[in-house]
Amino acid sequence: MGWFFIRLWALLVYLFMFLPVAVVVLLSFNASQFDSFPMTGLSFRWFVELWQNDAILRAFQTSMILGGLTALISTTLGVLASLALVRYRVPGANLISTMLIAPILVPEVVLAVALLLFLNFLSINKSFALLLFGHVIFTLPFVVLVVQARLVSIRRDIEEAAMSLGASPVQTFFEVTLPLMLPAVLAGGLFAFTISFDDITGTLFWKPGGVETVPTQIFAMLRNSISPEINALGTVMIVLTVGLPLLGAAIARQLARKSGG
Amino acid sequence: MSVERREARQPWILLSPAMAAITLLLFVPLIFIVVYSFWLRTATGADQAGFYLNNWNEALTDPFYRDILLNTLKIAAITTIVCALMGYPAAYFIARSRGNKAILLLLLMLPFWISYIIRTMSWINILGVSGAVNSILIWLGIIDEPLQMLYNETTVILGLVHFLLPFMILNVFVSLDGIDETLEDAANSLGATKWQGFLEVTLPLSLPGLAAGGLLCFVLGAGTYITPLVLGGSTDAMFANLVFEAIITQLNWPLGSALSLMLLAVLGALVLIYNRYLGMAQLMKGLG
Repeated sequence: MGWFFIRLWALLVYLFMFLPVAVVVLLSFNASQFDSFPMTGLSFRWFVELWQNDAILRAFQTSMILGGLTALISTTLGVLASLALVRYRVPGANLISTMLIAPILVPEVVLAVALLLFLNFLSINKSFALLLFGHVIFTLPFVVLVVQARLVSIRRDIEEAAMSLGASPVQTFFEVTLPLMLPAVLAGGLFAFTISFDDITGTLFWKPGGVETVPTQIFAMLRNSISPEINALGTVMIVLTVGLPLLGAAIARQLARKSGG
Repeated sequence: MSVERREARQPWILLSPAMAAITLLLFVPLIFIVVYSFWLRTATGADQAGFYLNNWNEALTDPFYRDILLNTLKIAAITTIVCALMGYPAAYFIARSRGNKAILLLLLMLPFWISYIIRTMSWINILGVSGAVNSILIWLGIIDEPLQMLYNETTVILGLVHFLLPFMILNVFVSLDGIDETLEDAANSLGATKWQGFLEVTLPLSLPGLAAGGLLCFVLGAGTYITPLVLGGSTDAMFANLVFEAIITQLNWPLGSALSLMLLAVLGALVLIYNRYLGMAQLMKGLG
C-alpha cells in the first residue's frame, strides 16, 4: 500500500521534470506563428527560420568554440591535478582537494563579479578571453571530481609492469596510462563542454557587448516575447546536450570494454 | 637529483597548473573585491581608491537590501523544503526499486543536461496566457478568460524547484543506496511497523544525503538571478539581481563588490557550518 503511493509520487515527480521540456519540443513543431495552444499543425518552419537567423548561428558558433576550448583547457588541468591526487601521497591532500573544488562552493554570481573586476583592474576588459577564463574556472572542479572518481579504478601495477619491462615513464604514460584513462578524460571533457555550453549566470557578466552564446541569446529573445523560434532552439539544445553525453557515455563504455579485454 | 626527490616533486608539477589557475582566477580576485568594496564611486564615475565605509554602510543598513536579502533566504528555504518533500520519496523509490535502477537514475539525470534557461522558460509554455494550462481550462469551459499565473514569487519558486530537484534526489539516492536494506527488515522482525522502521532506521541514516541535497538546493537557489528575471515579476528581485544591477547596469563596482561579499558571507557561513558537522565528503559523493 505504502509502496503504491511512493511509486505514484515518483511517477508524478518524473512527470513534473519532463512535461515542461516535452511541451517545448512539441511546440517547436507548431505550424501556427504564435507560440501557443491550440497547435494548428506540424511543421519544420521554425527550424528552417532558426537556420536562417544569423544572430542564432553566430551564438551557436561562439558557444561551440567557447565550450570546446573550455573543455580542452579544463580537462588538461583537471586530469593532471587528479593524477597527482590519486597517484601520489601529497601532503595536505585534503586542503588541496577543497581548494580545487572551491569554485563550486562560491556562488557563481560572486565568482563572476570577482573575476570581472579583478581582470578589469589588470586592464583585461570584457572579452572572449575573460569568458574563457571564467568558464575554465567553474568547470574545473567538475572535471576533477569526475576524473578522480574514475582514475581510482586504474591499477598502478600495470604501469609498474610496463616500467619494469623497460618502458620510460613518458612511454608508460602515453602507451599504458593514457589509453586506460581515456574514458575518464573523455567524460571530464564532455562534462566541461556541457556545463560551459549551458552557462548563463557567469556568461552574462563576462561577455562583451554584441557577443552572445546560445543561452544568452535565448535570454535576450525572451525579453521580447516567447516565440516558436525559441522553442525550436530549445529543442536543438536538448538534442545536443542530452544526445552528446549519452553518445559520450556509450563511447566511454565501448572503450572501457575494449581496454578491459 | 635523487630519485626520491624527483618522485616527491612530480605531484606538485602536476598540480601546479590547476592550483595556479584557481589562485589567480578565484582566490586573488576574491581578495581583490574585498579591497575594492572599500573604494568609492565618485560622481564623475571614476573609482577612488582608499578606505571608505560608504558601500558597507549602504549595503548593511539600507532596509531595501536587508528586505531583499531576507526574501531571498525565504525563497531559497521554501525551495529547499519543497525539493526535499518531492525528492525524498522519489529517491526512495529509485533506491528500493527492483527494476532497472540505472535507467531510472539516468532518466533523472537527463534534466541535468538540459539547459537551465530552456527548463526555466519552459514554464512560460505551461503557465503563460496562451500556455498549456490556460488552453486546457478554456477548452474545458472552466474559464472564459486566461488566468494570469506567471511572474510572481510562486512561479520563481516553481522554476527553482524544477531546476534544483535533481540535485536533491541524487544526493538522497546516494545516501539511501548505501543503507543495508536488511536493517529495515531487522527492525520489522523485532516488532517495528514498516513506518516505524523507516522513521527510526532508514530516515536517520539517510540524513547526511538529505543535508547535502538541501545545502546544494539552498546555496544554488539563493545565488540565482536568472530565474527571477524570467519567471518573476518586477518586484520579485532576489539578492543576486541586486549584484547584477549594481555591476552591469549602474556600473557601481565598489557597491557591487560589497553586495557580492555579503551574499558570499551568508552562503559561505552555511557551507562552513555544513562542513563542520558533516564534512565535504558527502557532498562530493553526490556530485561525482
